[in-house]
Order: sequence, then structure tokens, then C-alpha cells
Amino acid sequence: MSAVLFFIAGLGAVAGALGVVFLRNAFYSVLALVCHLLSLAALFLLLDAQFVAAAQVIVYAGAVMVLYVFVVSYVSDASAAMPVGGVGRTTGYLFAVALAAELMIAMLGSGLKAIDSRGAHFAAGFGGPGQIGELLLTKFLFAFEAASFLLLMAAVGAVVLARRRGGVVEEPGRPVLSVMDLIREDNLGSMAEAVNAGHGGER
Amino acid sequence: MDIGWYLAVSAIVFAIGAGGVLTRRNPLVTLLCLELMLNAANLALIAFSRMHGNGDGQVFAIIVMVVAACEVTVGLGVIVAMHRRRLPIDVDELRELHG
Repeated sequence: MSAVLFFIAGLGAVAGALGVVFLRNAFYSVLALVCHLLSLAALFLLLDAQFVAAAQVIVYAGAVMVLYVFVVSYVSDASAAMPVGGVGRTTGYLFAVALAAELMIAMLGSGLKAIDSRGAHFAAGFGGPGQIGELLLTKFLFAFEAASFLLLMAAVGAVVLARRRGGVVEEPGRPVLSVMDLIREDNLGSMAEAVNAGHGGER
Repeated sequence: MDIGWYLAVSAIVFAIGAGGVLTRRNPLVTLLCLELMLNAANLALIAFSRMHGNGDGQVFAIIVMVVAACEVTVGLGVIVAMHRRRLPIDVDELRELHG
């Protein structure tokens, strides 16, 4: 049973990866990556890593891919009709095949006895949230804190990079609708009226 | 299944991702191929974690996922900024780093 599941998930992972590279439309590439990530989560489950599989589905296939879909649909008009292929395309594929062969030789020919086994015996609760949480908060506490700081920096960096710059002008004369316009009365002397926003504004 | 099979899948996916990074010109797809390579490394880490019956590799995989999420956030921010400045969304056209 586990062999059947492995081959289904493994073929799904490889097919998804090939789809990411060879599909012409970036949107379809993202969808192929979602297929790849779900297959990979199934492989993680077969390797008794339940928590990582759940995190993979929630964080990757959920959050990160939604971000991708939004950005792809935002810039899709610019990148839709791009001619494919560069100068060193054949060289790139040859390099990929050579890399696959070299990695196979390096990993499968490493002489590790346990590669041909189904893995060591493990204690109960292996790969569950309890074990991962205990490791993260004791043995790998520094990595945990560094990762949280890295996430903070990435969030700030993304906001700084993607904010609207002076080079792009808002078109004037377009009314800006906001919820406050509906619940705020006129002539209250509020700060919004002082800067001509809301009802009194003549933009 | 033996651990070696998982490592073989990991090697194939990593090579596909590397080939995609080298050949595709759309930076969005280049980022997707980077994700492929990181995920292949994650699969190898978890396979080795299972091989030793030790949870350290799974913690390593989770940290790799955090780093990948950060890389995606900043990379997509750069692409959105390029789009705003009307720059071509093509890695071959972007030879100069100065803004």
C-alpha cells in the first residue's frame, strides 16, 4: 500500500515540477506548483513527518501560493506574450540532466547502509507537533528566534519594495470612496474635512 | 519504500528546478523554480530524518520553509516594483542593477 502511495505521490511531484518549468503561462506554472506541493506533502506523510506535511499544505499550498496567484494576475499583462527560450537553453537542459545524474550517484552510491532500509526505529510521537515544538524551543531556540526576526525583516522589506512611489501619479478628479463617508456627518470640523477628504472634498 | 527512492525523487526534482532557473526568462517562473529546488532539499532532509529516526531534520525543513517564504515575499515585492516602474518583466533585459 505504501509503495502504491509512494509512486502516485512521487509521479505527481515530478509531473508538477515538469509542469512548472515547461508550461508557457505563468499562471499554469503556479497551479502546477500547487500540485507538486500537495504531492510532496503526501510524501512527507509517508515519511512519518505529519507536522511538516500539515505545515507544507497550510503555509505553502495555502498562503505562499495565494501570494503568487495575486502577483501573477497583477503583472500578467506584461509577461503573457513573452518569447520563450534564451541563448543557452540546450546548455541549461544538459546541465540539469548532468546534475540529476551526479546527485543520484552522490546520494545512492554513498554506501550508507540505511539507504536501502525503511529507516530506523523511532519513539512514539515522532514527527508530531509535540516533538517539533520541544526541539524548536529547546535545542534549536536560536534558529527559531532568528527565523522570526527574518520573517519580520522580510515583511518590512516587502512593504518598502512594493509601496507606491512618486513616479506613478494618481489620476486626479476620481472620487475616493471610503466607509467613513457613509457614517460621518457633514460639517463636523473633522480633520478629514480640513484636508478636503470625504463629502466636502472637491477632488 | 526504501529511503533511497525518496532521495531519487528529491534529486530529480532538484535537477528540474535547476534547469528551470537556467532556461526560463520570466522572473516569476524563476522564483517558482527556486521553490522547487528548496522543496527538493526539504524532501531529502525529511528522508534523512526518517532514516536516522531523529527529528532534527524536520526542524531544519521547517526553517527552510520559513526562509523560502521570506525569499518569496521579497522577490515578489521586487517584481511588483519592477511592474510599477514599467520595467520589462524579463531577466535577460535586466542587466543593470542601478535604479
